[in-house]
Amino acid sequence: MTTRHRYGVPRAERRTPLGHAMAAMGALARSDVLDRVGIRRGVERAVFTGTRSGFRTATAVSRGFARRGGADRAGTRARPVDPTRLFDLTPTEDQQQLLAVVTELAAELVRPAAAAADDACAAPAEVLAACDELGLSLLGVPEALGGIAEERSAVTGTLVAEALAHGDMGLAVAALAPGAVATALSLWGTDRQQQTYLAAFTGADVPVAALALTETGALFDALQPGTTAVRTDDGFRLDGVKSMVPRGCDAELFVVGASLDGRPALFLVESSQEGLGVRADPSMGLRAAGLSSLRLDGVAVGPDALLGDDGGAAYVECLRLSRLAWCALAVGTGQAVLDHVTPYVKERQAFGEPIAHRQAVAFMVADMAIEIEAMRLLTWRAASRASTGAGFAREVALARQLCADKGMRIGLDGVQLLGGHGFVKDHPVERWYRDLRAVALVEGGVLV
Amino acid sequence: MISLEIPRKHRDLVAQAHQVALTLLRPLSRRYDRAEHAYPVELDMLAAMVDGLAASGASEGAGAHGVRRDTDRDTDRSTVRNGPHMASVLSVVEMCWGDTALLLSMPRQGLGNSAIASVADAEQRERLAGSWAAMAITEPGIGSDSANLATTAVRDGDEYVLNGEKIYVTAGERADSVVVWATLDRSRGRAAIKSFVVPKGTPGMTVDRLEHKLGIRASDTAAISFSDCRIPAANLLGSPDIDDTQGFAGAMATFDNTRPLVAAMAVGCARASLDLTRELLADAGVVVDHDRPGRLQSAAAATFLRLEADWEGARLLMMEAAWLADNDRPNSLQASMAKAKAGRVGSDVTLGCVELAGSAGYGEDELLEKWARDSKILDIFEGTQQIQQLIVARRVLGLSSSELK
Repeated sequence: MTTRHRYGVPRAERRTPLGHAMAAMGALARSDVLDRVGIRRGVERAVFTGTRSGFRTATAVSRGFARRGGADRAGTRARPVDPTRLFDLTPTEDQQQLLAVVTELAAELVRPAAAAADDACAAPAEVLAACDELGLSLLGVPEALGGIAEERSAVTGTLVAEALAHGDMGLAVAALAPGAVATALSLWGTDRQQQTYLAAFTGADVPVAALALTETGALFDALQPGTTAVRTDDGFRLDGVKSMVPRGCDAELFVVGASLDGRPALFLVESSQEGLGVRADPSMGLRAAGLSSLRLDGVAVGPDALLGDDGGAAYVECLRLSRLAWCALAVGTGQAVLDHVTPYVKERQAFGEPIAHRQAVAFMVADMAIEIEAMRLLTWRAASRASTGAGFAREVALARQLCADKGMRIGLDGVQLLGGHGFVKDHPVERWYRDLRAVALVEGGVLV
Repeated sequence: MISLEIPRKHRDLVAQAHQVALTLLRPLSRRYDRAEHAYPVELDMLAAMVDGLAASGASEGAGAHGVRRDTDRDTDRSTVRNGPHMASVLSVVEMCWGDTALLLSMPRQGLGNSAIASVADAEQRERLAGSWAAMAITEPGIGSDSANLATTAVRDGDEYVLNGEKIYVTAGERADSVVVWATLDRSRGRAAIKSFVVPKGTPGMTVDRLEHKLGIRASDTAAISFSDCRIPAANLLGSPDIDDTQGFAGAMATFDNTRPLVAAMAVGCARASLDLTRELLADAGVVVDHDRPGRLQSAAAATFLRLEADWEGARLLMMEAAWLADNDRPNSLQASMAKAKAGRVGSDVTLGCVELAGSAGYGEDELLEKWARDSKILDIFEGTQQIQQLIVARRVLGLSSSELK
């Protein structure tokens, strides 16, 4: 794929003669002729540093997952949670214990590392190691497969994602990305797929893995991926480009969304496979997640690369559970914004008193608190229904709508409440603003 | 264990209330919207039925009396329960899906009944059982700042003498009695404000007029004046002492219990609009696809999705506030959150649905325009949007009313 730098200019734009003169002036300003003849007069040299590298043909080296298990046997599944008769907002004791640990990790390790990770466009090894050690990648993997899920874990995954995102959304995405693939294998994998891949996730050296569902292009419809899978004599051939793939440059294993016979389906792709290219794709936010683009150029995969059915059911469920995870991340990040602006507006003085004493400020904070709670309740409801095996298409759609709309509003208001201080990187709100923009448009990457 | 579904034990109640709304309230909606101030006589039989259901236990404690905090509950507090607060909000949602104004006109289900249930002692509750009580707080000169009210109550022997003027008394003409907020001593501020039960027909109490309104026209809204109106001292609800440390808290506690009910009204009224508009859009060929974001669908579908998401947020906040109350946990913050969200969502949804439905929404053949008028009051009474924001902001920011005015 060639990338032409358009500088955001629509194709219909035309340069007038004045525009051409300006372009020439711009070129001159960049040239060292000015310096040689001594007429630069302090004009800064405009340097465009392309941070976008080209596609690397070589992806991360895959450990070589040895094929194991029977081909046609159904995989092992976590059983659905027995529904309660009550309306209840109390997490189980197990969930509370796990949350206590994750909350501490988010505050002590994730938050302090967030700004540097955002700068570096990569998550620090010690944060990822701590999350792996905690078993975050195994939340959705049944005990029988070496994981920690006694039953369907959508609620637990949701609570963990929320707590981790309170530390930092980008780092949370990086930490939870391998778990998305492990959970997908647990939910839809055949016995052979589970035996082949899940063992690596339950070991000490958790493989980097990514769920790749997003593609570029305005109005991309995740239900109709442009990436295609064609049946061949030995399996499938995949072609297309996926975007917003977390830690794509380091990943050993991908779950890729592609259209097969006109219906969306999931495919397991190892990084060592021929025809796979990856490049860093730094974006507005979520930079710590190491977002990447993945190019599939005639990638040949075997017949058991298809994860789940070919009728679209597994794919659609995957899409919903992924959106649910993003809702949880939005709730945690929104709460982080609220928790940061609250002490700020109480301390910041204007006209002789804290700005929090003004309704114009206080009401913005009130609305944040109200909408975060609404976002949380919608997200929890969808998660709870997913866990018990009830339908949750509508619930997750409403949660995502609210989390996308109000989450962004909270990010926007967070920066506004800090004024100029919100705009500079001394405070984390500008990062949360950038991160929260993703919730409305990203697909895949995380999964509960 | 986290679950946000309607409790199993309340599903029959919800289904029952829905049938009442569908078969008894809806057919009366337009008639009593037009015939403002005419008493909906059909409600007497309905109220008898509601009382019967309550007596049989089938209503799970729902209703205006259901908001009492059961402080002497002897059950194990470590177990979660769903009780009368939940039953009340859920049944109010269904009834207001039928008609908000008619719910507000339901005999013996007035906000005054909720106040009595919240703050009256056992003797008063027994004495006032079976009576229909309206609530009188607002005055011509005070609205949201109810601490500054001017109506006075002066002790004289075994009686209190009330003087002042009250407006916006819902069911003020029809109810058997009015719960009146008055001050024992204007110089003592909030702590001196008490509520008094004034039976209808008490000399000195006059219904001056009934308001003509934008919406909830089936519900009478009275202006009532009190001129040397004498009531028995035993009609003061709660303690007669002016306790500066307790202050306004007692009176305001009623709001923690009634605000979720008003949120429920907005949730129910808005759902009526959503349900009908969903069908009208489908007739026009637009069906919301929940697996696709709004931007990939028609503008009408995208709008509907946004309204539906906001509505669901209001509904769940309402349930959270009721759940906390049923489990004896403080809920002032959540009650105000629910009221604030539901109040504004009620307007957004009902007005949005009129726009989506076009002239079918605007005309009187359908009820969409009525719901868009009825919903407005729900963002005003029991504390306006701005008052709820003030309460939420003070709690979240940890500021007093003198710091955040």
